[in-house]
Amino acid sequence: MAERPEDLNLPNAVITRIIKEALPDGVNISKEARSAISRAASVFVLYATSCANNFAMKGKRKTLNAGDVLSAMEEMEFQQFVAPLKESLEVYRREQKGKKEARKDKDKKADSEEQDKSQEEENEDDDERMEEEEQNDEEEVDN
Amino acid sequence: AARLSGGENRLVSLPLSRIRVIMKSSPEVSSINQDALFLTAKATELFVQYLAVYSYKHGRGKEKGALTYSDLSYTAEECETFQFLADILPKKILASKYLKMLEKEKQDGEVGGDDEEDED
Repeated sequence: MAERPEDLNLPNAVITRIIKEALPDGVNISKEARSAISRAASVFVLYATSCANNFAMKGKRKTLNAGDVLSAMEEMEFQQFVAPLKESLEVYRREQKGKKEARKDKDKKADSEEQDKSQEEENEDDDERMEEEEQNDEEEVDN
Repeated sequence: AARLSGGENRLVSLPLSRIRVIMKSSPEVSSINQDALFLTAKATELFVQYLAVYSYKHGRGKEKGALTYSDLSYTAEECETFQFLADILPKKILASKYLKMLEKEKQDGEVGGDDEEDED
Protein backbone atom coordinates (compact mmCIF):
# COMPACT_ATOMS: atom_id res chain seq x y z
CA MET A 1 0.00 0.00 0.00
CA ALA A 2 1.63 3.21 -1.14
CA GLU A 3 1.36 6.16 1.17
CA ARG A 4 1.30 9.63 -0.20
CA PRO A 5 4.16 11.71 1.19
CA GLU A 6 1.84 13.89 3.21
CA ASP A 7 0.43 10.89 5.02
CA LEU A 8 3.71 10.44 6.78
CA ASN A 9 3.47 13.92 8.20
CA LEU A 10 1.83 14.87 11.41
CA PRO A 11 -0.81 17.61 11.52
CA ASN A 12 0.80 21.04 11.66
CA ALA A 13 -1.73 22.51 14.02
CA VAL A 14 -1.17 19.86 16.63
CA ILE A 15 2.61 20.01 16.38
CA THR A 16 2.53 23.78 16.68
CA ARG A 17 0.33 23.60 19.74
CA ILE A 18 2.58 21.12 21.46
CA ILE A 19 5.63 23.27 20.80
CA LYS A 20 3.95 26.47 21.91
CA GLU A 21 2.90 24.97 25.17
CA ALA A 22 6.33 23.60 25.90
CA LEU A 23 8.10 26.91 25.36
CA PRO A 24 7.83 30.05 27.47
CA ASP A 25 5.06 32.45 26.53
CA GLY A 26 5.74 34.80 23.69
CA VAL A 27 8.53 32.83 22.06
CA ASN A 28 8.30 32.94 18.29
CA ILE A 29 8.63 29.75 16.36
CA SER A 30 9.79 30.20 12.82
CA LYS A 31 7.91 28.31 10.15
CA GLU A 32 11.09 26.53 9.24
CA ALA A 33 11.61 25.46 12.81
CA ARG A 34 8.10 24.16 13.10
CA SER A 35 8.38 22.24 9.88
CA ALA A 36 11.70 20.81 10.98
CA ILE A 37 10.28 19.63 14.28
CA SER A 38 7.39 18.02 12.47
CA ARG A 39 9.75 16.10 10.25
CA ALA A 40 11.84 15.16 13.23
CA ALA A 41 8.74 13.79 14.92
CA SER A 42 7.98 11.56 11.95
CA VAL A 43 11.53 10.30 11.97
CA PHE A 44 11.22 9.68 15.66
CA VAL A 45 8.19 7.48 15.07
CA LEU A 46 10.07 5.47 12.47
CA TYR A 47 13.10 5.10 14.65
CA ALA A 48 11.04 4.13 17.70
CA THR A 49 9.04 1.64 15.66
CA SER A 50 12.11 0.01 14.26
CA CYS A 51 13.68 -0.19 17.68
CA ALA A 52 10.54 -1.56 19.29
CA ASN A 53 10.23 -4.08 16.52
CA ASN A 54 13.66 -5.41 17.33
CA PHE A 55 12.50 -6.12 20.84
CA ALA A 56 9.40 -7.86 19.55
CA MET A 57 11.48 -10.03 17.28
CA LYS A 58 13.78 -10.88 20.13
CA GLY A 59 10.73 -12.07 21.99
CA LYS A 60 9.66 -14.02 18.91
CA ARG A 61 6.51 -11.98 18.60
CA LYS A 62 5.00 -10.47 15.52
CA THR A 63 2.94 -7.91 17.32
CA LEU A 64 4.53 -4.83 18.84
CA ASN A 65 3.39 -4.35 22.38
CA ALA A 66 3.66 -1.71 25.07
CA GLY A 67 6.78 -3.25 26.59
CA ASP A 68 8.54 -3.10 23.26
CA VAL A 69 7.89 0.60 22.94
CA LEU A 70 9.09 1.30 26.47
CA SER A 71 12.23 -0.73 25.88
CA ALA A 72 12.79 1.22 22.71
CA MET A 73 12.64 4.49 24.63
CA GLU A 74 15.37 3.31 26.95
CA GLU A 75 17.44 2.08 24.08
CA MET A 76 17.10 5.42 22.30
CA GLU A 77 18.21 7.24 25.43
CA PHE A 78 14.83 8.71 26.26
CA GLN A 79 14.61 7.02 29.63
CA GLN A 80 12.98 10.08 31.09
CA PHE A 81 9.91 9.32 28.99
CA VAL A 82 9.33 5.93 30.54
CA ALA A 83 7.69 6.99 33.80
CA PRO A 84 5.24 9.50 32.30
CA LEU A 85 4.46 7.03 29.54
CA LYS A 86 3.59 4.34 32.03
CA GLU A 87 1.30 6.70 33.87
CA SER A 88 -0.48 7.72 30.73
CA LEU A 89 -0.83 4.13 29.70
CA GLU A 90 -2.67 3.34 32.90
CA VAL A 91 -5.14 6.11 32.25
CA TYR A 92 -5.53 5.04 28.63
CA ARG A 93 -6.20 1.45 29.58
CA ARG A 94 -8.84 2.47 32.04
CA GLU A 95 -10.49 4.65 29.44
CA GLN A 96 -10.51 1.86 26.92
CA LYS A 97 -11.93 -0.53 29.45
CA GLY A 98 -14.66 1.93 30.29
CA LYS A 99 -15.57 2.29 26.67
CA LYS A 100 -15.73 -1.42 26.17
CA GLU A 101 -18.03 -1.88 29.05
CA ALA A 102 -20.22 0.92 27.91
CA ARG A 103 -20.44 -0.75 24.58
CA LYS A 104 -21.25 -4.10 26.10
CA ASP A 105 -24.06 -2.54 28.03
CA LYS A 106 -25.34 -0.95 24.91
CA ASP A 107 -25.28 -4.24 23.11
CA LYS A 108 -27.19 -5.87 25.88
CA LYS A 109 -29.83 -3.18 25.73
CA ALA A 110 -30.02 -3.43 21.99
CA ASP A 111 -30.80 -7.08 22.31
CA SER A 112 -33.59 -6.71 24.76
CA GLU A 113 -35.05 -3.54 23.31
CA GLU A 114 -35.32 -2.30 19.78
CA GLN A 115 -32.22 -1.82 17.69
CA ASP A 116 -31.04 1.36 19.27
CA LYS A 117 -28.36 2.95 17.20
CA SER A 118 -27.03 5.66 19.40
CA GLN A 119 -23.41 5.75 18.42
CA GLU A 120 -22.76 9.26 19.62
CA GLU A 121 -20.21 8.21 22.17
CA GLU A 122 -16.88 9.48 21.00
CA ASN A 123 -17.41 9.50 17.30
CA GLU A 124 -16.49 13.17 17.11
CA ASP A 125 -12.90 12.57 17.92
CA ASP A 126 -11.09 11.23 14.93
CA ASP A 127 -8.32 9.72 16.91
CA GLU A 128 -10.93 7.91 18.87
CA ARG A 129 -11.96 6.30 15.67
CA MET A 130 -10.17 3.23 16.85
CA GLU A 131 -13.45 1.40 17.00
CA GLU A 132 -12.47 -0.65 14.07
CA GLU A 133 -9.32 -1.62 15.82
CA GLU A 134 -10.91 -2.08 19.18
CA GLN A 135 -13.02 -4.87 17.91
CA ASN A 136 -9.97 -6.98 17.60
CA ASP A 137 -7.65 -6.54 20.48
CA GLU A 138 -4.97 -8.47 18.78
CA GLU A 139 -4.31 -7.25 15.33
CA GLU A 140 -3.37 -9.97 13.00
CA VAL A 141 -1.22 -9.43 10.01
CA ASP A 142 -3.25 -7.15 7.85
CA ASN A 143 -1.05 -6.13 5.00
CA ALA B 1 0.17 13.78 35.35
CA ALA B 2 -2.01 12.43 32.64
CA ARG B 3 -3.14 15.81 31.42
CA LEU B 4 -1.39 16.73 28.25
CA SER B 5 -1.06 19.59 25.91
CA GLY B 6 -3.82 21.96 25.17
CA GLY B 7 -6.59 23.39 27.21
CA GLU B 8 -8.18 20.12 26.27
CA ASN B 9 -8.08 17.29 28.71
CA ARG B 10 -7.11 14.89 26.01
CA LEU B 11 -4.76 12.16 26.89
CA VAL B 12 -2.99 12.46 23.58
CA SER B 13 -3.32 15.08 20.83
CA LEU B 14 -1.58 13.45 17.93
CA PRO B 15 -4.00 11.35 15.88
CA LEU B 16 -3.43 7.65 16.44
CA SER B 17 -4.52 6.87 12.91
CA ARG B 18 -1.74 8.96 11.44
CA ILE B 19 0.85 7.57 13.82
CA ARG B 20 -0.24 4.14 12.74
CA VAL B 21 0.27 4.96 9.07
CA ILE B 22 3.81 6.05 9.76
CA MET B 23 4.56 2.98 11.85
CA LYS B 24 3.17 0.65 9.22
CA SER B 25 5.30 2.21 6.54
CA SER B 26 8.11 0.19 8.08
CA PRO B 27 8.20 -2.99 6.04
CA GLU B 28 9.36 -5.26 8.82
CA VAL B 29 6.44 -4.43 11.11
CA SER B 30 3.57 -6.89 11.03
CA SER B 31 1.12 -5.70 13.62
CA ILE B 32 0.85 -3.19 16.37
CA ASN B 33 -1.19 -3.60 19.47
CA GLN B 34 -3.36 -0.78 20.68
CA ASP B 35 -1.27 0.05 23.73
CA ALA B 36 1.88 0.21 21.65
CA LEU B 37 0.18 2.59 19.26
CA PHE B 38 -0.94 4.84 22.07
CA LEU B 39 2.50 4.83 23.69
CA THR B 40 4.21 5.70 20.43
CA ALA B 41 1.89 8.65 19.90
CA LYS B 42 2.40 9.85 23.42
CA ALA B 43 6.15 9.38 23.25
CA THR B 44 6.20 11.43 20.08
CA GLU B 45 4.51 14.29 21.89
CA LEU B 46 7.05 14.10 24.67
CA PHE B 47 9.75 14.07 22.05
CA VAL B 48 8.43 17.18 20.34
CA GLN B 49 8.36 19.01 23.65
CA TYR B 50 11.83 17.85 24.57
CA LEU B 51 13.35 18.76 21.22
CA ALA B 52 11.77 22.21 21.26
CA VAL B 53 12.77 23.02 24.81
CA TYR B 54 16.27 21.64 24.51
CA SER B 55 16.92 23.53 21.29
CA TYR B 56 15.57 26.73 22.69
CA LYS B 57 17.64 26.47 25.84
CA HIS B 58 20.88 25.75 24.07
CA GLY B 59 20.42 27.77 20.95
CA ARG B 60 20.96 31.36 20.02
CA GLY B 61 17.44 32.09 18.92
CA LYS B 62 16.71 32.72 22.56
CA GLU B 63 18.58 36.01 22.30
CA LYS B 64 15.73 37.22 20.17
CA GLY B 65 12.98 35.30 21.91
CA ALA B 66 12.63 32.86 19.06
CA LEU B 67 13.14 29.24 18.21
CA THR B 68 14.88 29.01 14.87
CA TYR B 69 15.85 26.29 12.46
CA SER B 70 19.50 26.67 13.29
CA ASP B 71 18.74 26.06 16.98
CA LEU B 72 17.37 22.70 15.90
CA SER B 73 20.19 21.75 13.58
CA TYR B 74 22.64 22.76 16.24
CA THR B 75 20.94 20.38 18.66
CA ALA B 76 21.01 17.55 16.13
CA GLU B 77 24.68 18.03 15.61
CA GLU B 78 25.84 18.62 19.17
CA CYS B 79 23.61 16.46 21.31
CA GLU B 80 24.14 12.74 21.08
CA THR B 81 20.56 11.87 21.91
CA PHE B 82 19.37 13.79 18.87
CA GLN B 83 22.04 12.69 16.50
CA PHE B 84 19.64 10.45 14.61
CA LEU B 85 18.18 13.69 13.29
CA ALA B 86 21.43 15.02 11.90
CA ASP B 87 20.67 13.99 8.34
CA ILE B 88 17.28 15.63 8.17
CA LEU B 89 18.34 18.77 10.00
CA PRO B 90 21.53 19.73 8.24
CA LYS B 91 23.28 22.90 9.11
CA LYS B 92 22.82 25.64 6.63
CA ILE B 93 25.48 27.85 5.29
CA LEU B 94 25.35 30.81 3.00
CA ALA B 95 25.59 29.97 -0.67
CA SER B 96 28.59 32.25 -0.98
CA LYS B 97 30.42 30.32 1.71
CA TYR B 98 29.60 27.05 0.01
CA LEU B 99 30.92 28.28 -3.30
CA LYS B 100 34.11 29.38 -1.60
CA MET B 101 34.46 25.92 -0.10
CA LEU B 102 34.11 24.35 -3.52
CA GLU B 103 36.70 26.69 -4.90
CA LYS B 104 39.12 25.76 -2.20
CA GLU B 105 38.57 22.05 -2.75
CA LYS B 106 39.36 22.47 -6.39
CA GLN B 107 42.52 24.31 -5.63
CA ASP B 108 43.62 21.71 -3.14
CA GLY B 109 43.92 19.24 -5.94
CA GLU B 110 41.91 17.35 -8.43
CA VAL B 111 39.20 15.27 -6.84
CA GLY B 112 40.28 11.88 -8.15
CA GLY B 113 38.69 12.20 -11.54
CA ASP B 114 35.06 11.76 -10.59
CA ASP B 115 34.27 15.32 -11.21
CA GLU B 116 30.88 14.95 -12.68
CA GLU B 117 28.94 18.10 -12.57
CA ASP B 118 25.36 17.47 -13.20
CA GLU B 119 23.84 20.85 -13.33
CA ASP B 120 20.17 20.70 -14.11
